[in-house]
Amino acid sequence: MKIVLDSKIPSGTVATKWTKYRQEMKLVNPANKRKFEIIVVGSGLAGASAAATLGELGYNVKCFCFQDSPRRAHSIAAQGGINAAKNYRNDGDSIYRLFYDTIKGGDFRAREANVHRLAEVSVNIIDQCVAQGVPFAREYGGLLDNRSFGGAQVSRTFYARGQTGQQLLLGAYQALSRQIHDGTVKMFSRTEMLDIVIIDGHAKGIITRDLVTGKTETHSADAVVLATGGYSPVFFLSTNAKGCNVTATFRAFKKGAYFANPCYTQIHPTCIPQSGDHQSKLTLMSESLRNDGRVWVPKKPGDTRHPNDIPENERDYYLERMYPSYGNLAPRDIASRAAKKVCDEGRGIGPNGRGVYLDFSDSIKRLGRDKIEERYGNLFEMYERITGENAYEQPMRIYPAPHYTMGGSWVDYELMSNIPGLFVIGEANFSDHGANRLGASALMQGLADGYFILPQTIAGYFATHRNGRYSSDHPEFRKAHEDVRARINKLLSINGKRTVTEFHRELGKLMWDDVGMARNRAGLQHALQRLPEIREEFWGNVNVLGSGDEFNSALEYAGRVADFLEFAELLAFDALHREESCGGHFREEYQTEDGEALRNDGQFAYVAAWEYKGMDQFPVLHKEPLIYEEVKMTQRSYK
Amino acid sequence: MNLTLRVWRQKNADTPGKFVEYRANNISPDMSFLEMLDVVNEELIKRGEEQIAFDHDCREGICGSCGLVINGRAHGPLAATTTCQLHMRTFKDGDTIAVEPWRARPFPVIKDLVVDRNAFDRIIQSGGYISVSTGGAPDGNAIPIPKDDADKAMDAAQCIGCGACVAACKNASAMLFVAAKVSHLSLLPQGKIEQDRRVLNMVTRMDEEGFGNCTNIGSCEAVCPKQITLDNIARMNRLYMEALFKGILS
Repeated sequence: MKIVLDSKIPSGTVATKWTKYRQEMKLVNPANKRKFEIIVVGSGLAGASAAATLGELGYNVKCFCFQDSPRRAHSIAAQGGINAAKNYRNDGDSIYRLFYDTIKGGDFRAREANVHRLAEVSVNIIDQCVAQGVPFAREYGGLLDNRSFGGAQVSRTFYARGQTGQQLLLGAYQALSRQIHDGTVKMFSRTEMLDIVIIDGHAKGIITRDLVTGKTETHSADAVVLATGGYSPVFFLSTNAKGCNVTATFRAFKKGAYFANPCYTQIHPTCIPQSGDHQSKLTLMSESLRNDGRVWVPKKPGDTRHPNDIPENERDYYLERMYPSYGNLAPRDIASRAAKKVCDEGRGIGPNGRGVYLDFSDSIKRLGRDKIEERYGNLFEMYERITGENAYEQPMRIYPAPHYTMGGSWVDYELMSNIPGLFVIGEANFSDHGANRLGASALMQGLADGYFILPQTIAGYFATHRNGRYSSDHPEFRKAHEDVRARINKLLSINGKRTVTEFHRELGKLMWDDVGMARNRAGLQHALQRLPEIREEFWGNVNVLGSGDEFNSALEYAGRVADFLEFAELLAFDALHREESCGGHFREEYQTEDGEALRNDGQFAYVAAWEYKGMDQFPVLHKEPLIYEEVKMTQRSYK
Repeated sequence: MNLTLRVWRQKNADTPGKFVEYRANNISPDMSFLEMLDVVNEELIKRGEEQIAFDHDCREGICGSCGLVINGRAHGPLAATTTCQLHMRTFKDGDTIAVEPWRARPFPVIKDLVVDRNAFDRIIQSGGYISVSTGGAPDGNAIPIPKDDADKAMDAAQCIGCGACVAACKNASAMLFVAAKVSHLSLLPQGKIEQDRRVLNMVTRMDEEGFGNCTNIGSCEAVCPKQITLDNIARMNRLYMEALFKGILS
């Protein structure tokens, strides 16, 4: 049977679709909303904003997070800002321009209708956050300040110092706390979702583990929303928090939810380079630094002089040279690959030659140290704390690192997966960023989904599906619960010789080398051959101590790494199948003469949605063609 | 460098804990404190001993998950630095380092160095927000806010809710945490509308959770990784008194 992916995109011109959708959508009346229970997994920007808004609307919500408090979700670490098409600067911005920049930045691999809707609601997000008390940066006149970001020629990024994600998350957390107080949301912190329950084809609940007591439990609901973030830690070293994982969306995948475009992973150009083998994570230096910092390497390979001793004419400001119109603000994928290129040429700097300079000396001369300190003081401090170097006096060293994943669960225009009743929002879905996300767009998407889109679209599902909740005695609940317990017992019973971290590092190195910033057929095939071997060794030789009936961080970690080991194969498989380069997916075989990504719109202008077919079988590909009605696909140029 | 660690181990809330000594050998000065603990944990697992449990997540000083009392000081010896951002270059070869969890009655130990900080969430739930629902908010520029006020609100809003202020206080007071939220919201015009009930409710909840009172020692400010200042506590006290008097007068 041929499965057709119905993206449910409304008819009409791209600018009218969301308005038309809202005019025609089905509603649930206030008295009936109380009868529906919704599970929200994750409490980051998307999850917290969705849980709060659904609670405000009158639904009964259960919200889950593995952290000790919903305020600690990884959205909190976003530094730079949030985009919105307010045009407060009078610099020619508009909803259309934000839409176009996002489509272009995504290398024409995103769904037009979703992206336009995102640009439309972006303006409401800022208003909402201001009303909640988010202390955005302001000018002396009292109005909101903006900065510019990569991939845009206008200033549309709103920010709260270098902690925009923190402030937006605290806004959503406060809204969520208000609903918890009012009793519409019941919060389960330190609780991890380990499986999803599907009954008669609909998502009807989840299986969780209480991370304090170890108790596994079933939760039944009318619909399930996953807001569980991305999967960058498949590379082991990434800018993500240590707890970020793919378990929720991957468990959903194994229960039939398609996973779309897993090979679209973003490598962020400005992170602090690795300092040694002990490294447990990489730290991002906000992209906003590229507003005032100039990126360079020595012209001569192997130049080991101190950066301040290298004269101006022996420096290669390669981004300004290669992309004169965008310069240091070229999009992330392009800036990352350019850094790799100059390092591959032997011109990299720092201890292991994998680094480039980000130099503020010109800006300090032009604006004064005080101004730079005001803009980026906390980032310079963080840099000094980690490296022991003072970036006011010598250039920062930076190198690309895995940061964000554009791929995720396939969802339709209503943010519902192919499993009715299962919604996926925020970074966990695939929908808005195509093959590359622009800076300051992740916060925008998470909050757009959570505050403004999902709470509207979920009503359409409830209005047409009244099949109710099931008791946790239902055979599907019992089976899923038993499977979860069996897996925990299996992990604890192996008693092998290697630690979970050792397996995760091995996985990460393989993925970075073969499925990282630049990929080729031989490397991807090598990864696909090695992954089942590593997985087999894991299940025969991992050592997880302690018991399942207590707080056991080793057990939590083992379950997440076990899922990464399976998921990595899907990622590599997708990367191998996509025989083109686009955005964050760069296949060395497909590049232009000057080394830019070479898309193949004739063959690959589609969303690759993968269906799980069992452990030892290849996943099946379903294609959602990307039809561009408004924008013409062109080769991206930032020159 | 080679170090001796004296780490608090406690199986769960109901079992008494004790210090256990471990060696941490071949530690690089470039490691973070948590990476050093990772190394120790890997060796423990290899020896068949359970790893030391500690809370951590972002490892870049913003999520507020980590928090250890290191040599008697919350988050260790450096000012304005979370445990995850403390690097081993701060210590000397041969040092002995004591590592303990936050100690305060409202933060019961879950295991080893992990404590339950849900009391903070309950304080926020009691009123640490502005009661606006999604939708219908006026334009973001409808109410201009003086930059100085916005900056001061941001200074207070930077609190990461780690709990170091409580751990450092001899009274286990949560005044700095509560004051940061009260100040953040009261400094903004949007937050002024509910400021009386907010401060009354949050302070009441703080007391109910068992946090102690402030006796103006300032240990909280000294250890705060986000440099939240004591004047926030003064502001909260003033707002609290104002709210009380308004209650009496009305």
